Amino acid sequence: MTILAPTAAPATSILALPDDQVALSIRDLDFFYGRTQALHGVSVGFKKQAVTALIGPSGCGKSTLLRVLNRIYSLYPGQRAEGRVLLDGEDILARGVDVAQLRARVGMVFQKPTPFPMSIFDNVAYGVRLYEKLPKAELAARVEQALRRAALWDEVKDKLKESGLSLSGGQQQRLCVARAIAVKPEVLLLDEPASALDPISTARLEETVAELKADHTVVIVTHNMGQAARLSDHTGFMYLGRLVEFGETEQVFTAPATERARDYITGRFG
Amino acid sequence: MSGEAAAAVPARAAKGAVFDRAFEALCFGAATLLLVALVGVMASLTVGGWPAFKAFGLGFLTSAEWDPVAEVYGALGAIVGTVVTAGLALLFALPLALGVAIFLVELCPAPLRRPIGMAVELLAGIPSIVYGMWGLFVFAPWFARHVQMPIMMAAEPGSLLETITAGVPNGANILTASMILAIMILPFIAATLRELLLTVPVHLRESAYGLGSTTYETVAKVSLPYIRVSAIGAVMLGLGRALGETMAVTFIIGNAHGLPTSIFASGSTIASTIANEFTEATHELHTASLIALGLVLFLITFTVLGLARALIGRKPT
Amino acid sequence: MSSASLRLSRRLGAWAFLGFAWLATALALLALAAILWTLVSQGLAGLDLAVFTMSTPAPGSRGGLLNAILGSIMMCTLAMLAAVFVGVLSGTWLSEFAGASRYGKVVRFVNDVLLAAPSILIGLFVYEIIVHPMKGFSGYAGAVALAMLAVPVITRTTEDVLRLQPVALREASVALGAPLWRTVLAVLWKAARSGMITGALLAFARISGETAPLLFTALNNQFLSLDLSKPTASLPAVIFQFALSAYDDWRRLAWAGALLIALAVLTVTILARLLSRETRRS
Repeated sequence: MTILAPTAAPATSILALPDDQVALSIRDLDFFYGRTQALHGVSVGFKKQAVTALIGPSGCGKSTLLRVLNRIYSLYPGQRAEGRVLLDGEDILARGVDVAQLRARVGMVFQKPTPFPMSIFDNVAYGVRLYEKLPKAELAARVEQALRRAALWDEVKDKLKESGLSLSGGQQQRLCVARAIAVKPEVLLLDEPASALDPISTARLEETVAELKADHTVVIVTHNMGQAARLSDHTGFMYLGRLVEFGETEQVFTAPATERARDYITGRFG
Repeated sequence: MSGEAAAAVPARAAKGAVFDRAFEALCFGAATLLLVALVGVMASLTVGGWPAFKAFGLGFLTSAEWDPVAEVYGALGAIVGTVVTAGLALLFALPLALGVAIFLVELCPAPLRRPIGMAVELLAGIPSIVYGMWGLFVFAPWFARHVQMPIMMAAEPGSLLETITAGVPNGANILTASMILAIMILPFIAATLRELLLTVPVHLRESAYGLGSTTYETVAKVSLPYIRVSAIGAVMLGLGRALGETMAVTFIIGNAHGLPTSIFASGSTIASTIANEFTEATHELHTASLIALGLVLFLITFTVLGLARALIGRKPT
Repeated sequence: MSSASLRLSRRLGAWAFLGFAWLATALALLALAAILWTLVSQGLAGLDLAVFTMSTPAPGSRGGLLNAILGSIMMCTLAMLAAVFVGVLSGTWLSEFAGASRYGKVVRFVNDVLLAAPSILIGLFVYEIIVHPMKGFSGYAGAVALAMLAVPVITRTTEDVLRLQPVALREASVALGAPLWRTVLAVLWKAARSGMITGALLAFARISGETAPLLFTALNNQFLSLDLSKPTASLPAVIFQFALSAYDDWRRLAWAGALLIALAVLTVTILARLLSRETRRS
């Protein structure tokens, strides 16, 4: 009787995309909170004009990874990133990079809706005004366009002067999306955007996200696997600061290549 | 539409990032101004009061003789007056403040809670000069008639009671000043203690009640020990206030220099002495002595505040 | 001790305790009522139109408090302008830029000391650095002294209210590429606006009732004068002078002035409380 050696499942499985399809390319990224290392050697490419989802258990580093991509971590002195992150071929982690410019090209929507204390119109126009001096009519058109694409226009078109805080939670989050896309970023980062919303608002937000990929590269962090499966073209599974598996969403969810990912997706742990 | 995404990213000037440095510097400057102010106060008090220390040495602090005519100045009377009035004020105010705080937290019927709380805050908001006037024109005469005179008349000539109650029966003395001061610091201490009592976790109190404790026992054995350190800090803050209070005391303390010899004796505090004499002081030495008094008060208050800070961190606003 | 007598003594203790708490509160309320009663009755008696139209008189003649009222308004307003400028900026520094640094802790402690420092010492300080070198009392010196008392209040409330703003709010603005100063001005200050206004109101309430620091900075002025570079009348200083005098009409004016100050302070304090309750509700 021959004893067959079991085929070892790979520890990691990362799908490599051709360079011309990649909007953001991450190479050997390490990240540190003070002395604690939170990301270990992450290397992956995010496809242009597609939705990539990052999933994984709490504390796996998916939000940390997201926050490297627009260098929002630079606000906090104890945090640092090492490695390379290429946006259109330029390393955004290099010295002397204009971070404000970067953030115009890589936008972010946060977990909690954060409308600014100003009118709905001013909220959406806030980012635009930072960079461009547009005549009134053009600015109004830009705001309307952003609100339409965030599926909020019909609900607020008659009350643009009212405070952003007067909207419901779901509407506020879509306002934040409108605000982020008004500056026409290349990449849009969404950090668990629906986790503070009720199911109906979540559904509407998901519809919006699905449409956004026509014009933006979207990276969404979510703890909701169903959401990742519904929305994304590619999915990355992270565990303890490492990118364990990355591939086309359908393949990752139906036939995960790594054991770890398989255990997570089937609910063995979470 | 997809082509637009790439084309709509012109080279944008990072508008105004250079102002960040300037803005932070401005804010830093404002914050440093506070430090400069405090150091400035200490320095100017030291420099201004120096002639007095030079002239009298440490005797300035131990002599109670304050005679502008003879140009002899000793701070002891004012220091004793300050400490005694503040101490007595705290003695009177603390139990009452504790009572009010406990009342508001444990005993007050719910609909009365807000109005009574507001009334206590109102008491805290009354300007000190109003306290001074009320003390002088209302409280002092009342006290003289209904407390001071009966006591003084009841004291046998030559008895111990007579000595410790000697004084002018006009109600303007150290005791009444302490009482007015007590009413002034009462709302402040009560409000702080109340906030502290509200930080006691509900489940802790409920456990005590659940075991059958009376309100008294819960408060005395559970709530108060829980907040003890912060409460002491709050009390010290109240003490700091009492030490520096000027107007409420100046009206009613009688303004006599020298050491008080009875509870109905007139006295003075550092603040009242400065308030009364500064604008009249013509001689350099007189002015310097008053400023030296100010330095002493500053050091006393600073120490008390430092201790309070060490005990409670920051008081809740 | 038998269990019955233990229970009894616990009962008695509880009753005594309750009684004491009620008594303490009653005493405090009684004191408040007595003070307010005197203030209102004496103050109203001295209040007439002349108080607002005529300046302080010589003893025995008719007069009012106009110069004192105007002087107080001028000095308090000037003080508040300076104090809001310095206080908001330093509070912003403590909240946004200081972080956990040692220097930040020092500044906070210094602020708390200035907050609780005897106001008469501030008056002495301003005397030494302004009045003495310039050889003259002035309304400007008085305003400086008042500003020094107001700044710590505003610094403290500004820092506290800015800290309450969610981190995500800051990050959302920065994530759009806004520079930090823009984030603070356009987003944070706006969001914290009512808290900051409350702080300013409380600071104003504090300085409008202060007497001691004005005694040797602005001194006093018998006549109506809008010139702040000269000694300037103020309500507290006038009250101090008139109340301690032997003249009846001066004393009457002193009470009227005391009522005016108390009303101003209480109104502003109530406004501040209402405003902070409004914001807490929304």
